[in-house]
Amino acid sequence: MSQTEAGVAKKFLYVNRKAPYGTIYALESLEVVLIGAAFDQDVSLAFLGDGVYQLVKGQDTKGLEMKNFSPAFRALEDYDVTKLYVEQDALAARGLTEADLVVPVEVVGAERMAEIMESQDVILSF
Amino acid sequence: MPIELNGQSIETDEEGYLANRTDWTEEIGKEMARVDDCDLTDSHWEVINFLREYYEEYQIAPAVRVLTKAIGKKLGADKGNSKYLYELFPYGPAKQACKYAGLPKPTGCV
Amino acid sequence: MLHTVNKSPFEDRTFETCLKFAQEGSTILLIEDGVYAAAKDTAVAMQVQHALKRVAIFALRPDIDARGMQNRVMDGVRLVDFEGFVDLVTAHRAVQSWF
Repeated sequence: MSQTEAGVAKKFLYVNRKAPYGTIYALESLEVVLIGAAFDQDVSLAFLGDGVYQLVKGQDTKGLEMKNFSPAFRALEDYDVTKLYVEQDALAARGLTEADLVVPVEVVGAERMAEIMESQDVILSF
Repeated sequence: MPIELNGQSIETDEEGYLANRTDWTEEIGKEMARVDDCDLTDSHWEVINFLREYYEEYQIAPAVRVLTKAIGKKLGADKGNSKYLYELFPYGPAKQACKYAGLPKPTGCV
Repeated sequence: MLHTVNKSPFEDRTFETCLKFAQEGSTILLIEDGVYAAAKDTAVAMQVQHALKRVAIFALRPDIDARGMQNRVMDGVRLVDFEGFVDLVTAHRAVQSWF
């Protein structure tokens, strides 16, 4: 479906609130983002609370025999998904900074995050 | 259906993709292509090796649109287009080449 | 008594509840998302440091590694592998799983 066929691109926001590996939500969200990227919409990703842990560098899942999916966040650029918003308070509460994350992101305060949410057509929450 | 090669049986899923990525060898890739009546040339291998490198780096098999763009960036515009890639892999460049590369089917391909 | 906690301390009260009921001299093993409590410089780090004065705290290394926390574990928290997990279970009379 091209943009012309579909009309105006809608604004899609994926809200990620869960840590990776403990539950399946984080991986499911990423898969939906990758699949949904085929539809040429205006996509943003938000990372709130424990969701910021999805982006932490140095993940090594060999001991758990699970797939480490954090490298895929670096491929999002190829999928034209470049708007990644991370909640400032969530980073601070976890002793993290932007330098600890695998991809460049925009760190935003709660007020700005609320505005970003308010401006969407569709919100998918994981 | 498992792939039979040199007296060994290599497990695949129901669509012919390798069950275990680590089982892959070039020989297995060639055998998968032979079954599909596809003769793998250097041009095919260029794409297959690209996919394997992409997977190694990002842990995902790229969607066809992403593959086309990325191939164009790496190997030039004459190769980074659908016509070229579909001629090499008529069953779908991402889908078919990923299979021979021993990778899972790209996320989002049905 | 061995207590295990598998929930992140930032999204859930499970870890806090465990601390409330863990008697002096008992052992807490952090597993799965529970291992985030072992990280230094977090909003719960003070609470964990305080707890370390009266209980032993372990974290499961494969869960720490998977989550990229291997360089962030606070002093005083000890890491165990799966064998160490089994040893802790057999060394204690009872196990309370907080989940």
